Amino acid sequence: MFSFTSIKDYHADLLHGRTTCVAAVQYFLAQIATKKHLNAFLEVYAEEALARAAQLDDSLTESGSLQGPLHGVVIGLKDVICYKDHAVTAASKILEGFTSIYNATAVERLLAAGAVIIGRQNCDEFAMGSSNENSAYGNVLNDADNDRVPGGSSGGSAVAVQAGLCMVSLGSDTGGSVRQPADFCGIVGMKPTYGRISRYGLIAYASSFDQIGIFARSVPDLAIVLEIIAGKDAYDSTASATPVESYSHLLHQVATPKRIAYFRQALEHAALDPEIAAAFRSFIKTLTDNGYEVEPIDFEYLDYVVPAYYVLTTAEASSNLSRYDGVKYGYRSNGNDVSLTQMYNKTRTEGFGKEVQRRILLGTFVLSAGYFDAYFTKAQKVRYLLVEKTKEIFSQFDAIISPTVPSPAFKFGEISDPIEMFLADIYTVFANLTGIPAISLPLFIHSNNIPFGMQVMTFQENDLCLLSLSEQMMQLASKK
Amino acid sequence: MKITDELIDELAQLARLELASEEKEGLKADLGRMINFVEKLNEVNTDGVEPLLHISPRMNVLREDEVLGSISQEEALRNAPAKNEAFFLVPKVIKK
Repeated sequence: MFSFTSIKDYHADLLHGRTTCVAAVQYFLAQIATKKHLNAFLEVYAEEALARAAQLDDSLTESGSLQGPLHGVVIGLKDVICYKDHAVTAASKILEGFTSIYNATAVERLLAAGAVIIGRQNCDEFAMGSSNENSAYGNVLNDADNDRVPGGSSGGSAVAVQAGLCMVSLGSDTGGSVRQPADFCGIVGMKPTYGRISRYGLIAYASSFDQIGIFARSVPDLAIVLEIIAGKDAYDSTASATPVESYSHLLHQVATPKRIAYFRQALEHAALDPEIAAAFRSFIKTLTDNGYEVEPIDFEYLDYVVPAYYVLTTAEASSNLSRYDGVKYGYRSNGNDVSLTQMYNKTRTEGFGKEVQRRILLGTFVLSAGYFDAYFTKAQKVRYLLVEKTKEIFSQFDAIISPTVPSPAFKFGEISDPIEMFLADIYTVFANLTGIPAISLPLFIHSNNIPFGMQVMTFQENDLCLLSLSEQMMQLASKK
Repeated sequence: MKITDELIDELAQLARLELASEEKEGLKADLGRMINFVEKLNEVNTDGVEPLLHISPRMNVLREDEVLGSISQEEALRNAPAKNEAFFLVPKVIKK
């Protein structure tokens, strides 16, 4: 019987003939069928995945070696990442029936490294949401407690790794959409430095915030995938040209970062669950007992990060989503004898869900004549201050830690107010506003048996330092 | 800030959305609350601060001016809801 612990062990088993890629894919297909009620996958590529696994098995038998660093690694894609000749809908009715005509750069690199793509995963519509309750294709359930949300927007991708439906998932993180569901589902989820992974083939929400992220069961698995998909790309001029380090090999070799800060205001915030605060404080003690210097610092902007985030991301979204007009692709309203403008209006009103429409309207407002300077430019100035503050903090510290989310996974329908929902992102949006890498580590279990995590952030381009520190923290937590 | 009917109608028109009258009241309320929420930014002193225009530190990312492949006409039309052999079709714009 196949079982998955890590990519390294899986590859050792393949090389010693103890398992096959076909056995792995069959195992995950059976798991997906058993856990169909979670609604994590919108589409499963069963036959294709089996055929590719069989090819990989044949080539291993013939050559005696693996076809790439991700040989036979079974991966799921959030439904915002393009995979040539496969459907992609952003979990929206407006892209129903849309087929990708090219691969996202990240997907191209996964395939070249030998990965098997098993399906596309449910999410909040256009990656807008913190609970996966905004999908046009239904809620995703948290496998730890089916009455609770998995987090969002990459809910399906998080649950797929949590419930053992694939080895790794790719999601996207604009304000916490990888880290927050990773926290709610008890797995590792990372948003790398802005631009570390090309955004080519990622359906845009807010282009200056969006970043592809990775879900895995462990830091080493995540590191292997990141080093494959990261790197410069002729199709995305914002992708970082800094050479990609061999994260998976250097993980245990780089010097240990020791100076860690946390925001005093984050721990004193009224929205923070007392049990999460207590677990966080107790982990600080573990860190200091093990030779880390952990210091509280003042972060006077905490209450402004979510407002700045919503002004800027909705503005970018209103612009990015203007392309859905019923002409070039996707859904078109079937009204007879309508004008071109009426066709646009009906298509967009029928095609977009409520949360997407709300955000488009807010974005249109902050960009409109008479309000632009007071809202949009103001938020850009606050973003400048945040970037300066970040440089100042990282001149004195190697990392910042915080809870990932102020509360554990909540129940379906429990938060209906859009603004209360926005506050679920209070600790995560900072990394997207400033472009720094951030990760959520599954370190804790709440008294209601729901897992929750801790967030670690490092300075721009210090993704290796982040992964190495994360691995050390995971080891410390497991020793306790 | 109070969202008037005039403002919500103008925003909907700019965003190419058609708000049903029964939804309008709810959206007005939501939008008003969202705007009040983001107005908290006014508490931050930004005198003399430049707006951050680009999060990417990379400037002038250039490449050789070469003709490279793109997508074919067939691929471009593949997902169109209404098309003929060469064009996207839209409702008639010029009336008789």
